[in-house]
Amino acid sequence: MASALITMPKAARAGDVIEVRALVQHAMETGYRRSSEGALLPRDLIRRFTCSFVEGTGQSVSTSDGSSKPGSRLVFAATLHAAVAANPYFAFHFRAERSGTLIFIWTGDNGFAHREQVNLLVT
Amino acid sequence: MRLALALAALVIALTSAAEPRKSGIDYASAATQTLQKDDAQNPGMLWVKDGQARWTERTGAANKACADCHGEIAKMRGVAVRYPAVAMPSRDEPASTSSAPRVINLSQQINLCRVGRQRAAAWPAEHASLLGVEAAITFESRTLPIAPPTTPLLAVAQARGEALYNQRIGQIDLSCRDCHDGLAGKRLGGNTIPQGHPTGYPIYRLEWQTVGSLQRRLRGCMTAVRAEPYPYGSSELLDLEAYLMKRAAGMPLETPGVRP
Repeated sequence: MASALITMPKAARAGDVIEVRALVQHAMETGYRRSSEGALLPRDLIRRFTCSFVEGTGQSVSTSDGSSKPGSRLVFAATLHAAVAANPYFAFHFRAERSGTLIFIWTGDNGFAHREQVNLLVT
Repeated sequence: MRLALALAALVIALTSAAEPRKSGIDYASAATQTLQKDDAQNPGMLWVKDGQARWTERTGAANKACADCHGEIAKMRGVAVRYPAVAMPSRDEPASTSSAPRVINLSQQINLCRVGRQRAAAWPAEHASLLGVEAAITFESRTLPIAPPTTPLLAVAQARGEALYNQRIGQIDLSCRDCHDGLAGKRLGGNTIPQGHPTGYPIYRLEWQTVGSLQRRLRGCMTAVRAEPYPYGSSELLDLEAYLMKRAAGMPLETPGVRP
């Protein structure tokens, strides 16, 4: 039931620095906590978050792993650990130079993978 | 005359004890207030978004979505301010449920629709999707004042809820009123005791690291005073909900609220 919220402007002027904010739904279970019955809750973490930029307009970007696609550029990446709170939130800045698509990928334990993409129009 | 004046003074003194009414967010830290105010940061918005997706998702044996009957979710504006409300028996309900009018909260109404209209299984208490749909519907009424209906059946529930609110419970022997009227604004451990107005439910609680219902919050308080909490969906919790909404009547909804 993972969902994510991306907050950023849809359009910017060339050279503008825009703020990109990404919030994802995840329990970030540390593996150290116990349930009310005393059983250890298994670790379930997001391990990595990446945001990459693919130049070009249109909705053609559809690969599941944007970071390895030719022409894509890593904008922001983070490695997450057990001390990160549930529903991790990232905010970072990005200089808009050309129109393209920002691709957000979260991956983690138990095969967790969530992907979002937002088009950015640069004028 | 003197007696009447004294009575009037007493009434003013009693009612002013809880005035001015404050939402729990007013007692929260600046960081928590920012988290609630900014929809891009508020983790409760993830549940709202999930609920909005469920709204248009066809499900159940009837293959119906909420939107097929109710239209756009924006039409739910003003709905959440009047729950708990009195539900009339419907021909769509399964025969097993009571056929008399009764007081229900919004999550029970969602499950009535699920079982009766969508022919799907009811979601259990605190299910993420149930909280999501409840949050999405209540989100449409954000900033609207809480306005419980004035029906006799609801008034009875509110009165029962008020009695429960004033009833001392648990090994620590405290009533809701002892803390949330008598000691509101003072500290309990690391937190400030709020006045206990349910303005932001379903809320994202930092302690829970997730969204929860008003009933979860009430059960948490009962455990804290070492009383046995009433089960989810019990008439006692519903009566308390009904009374708390009456007590908070006129205060604006803030769903999804964020609390420490």
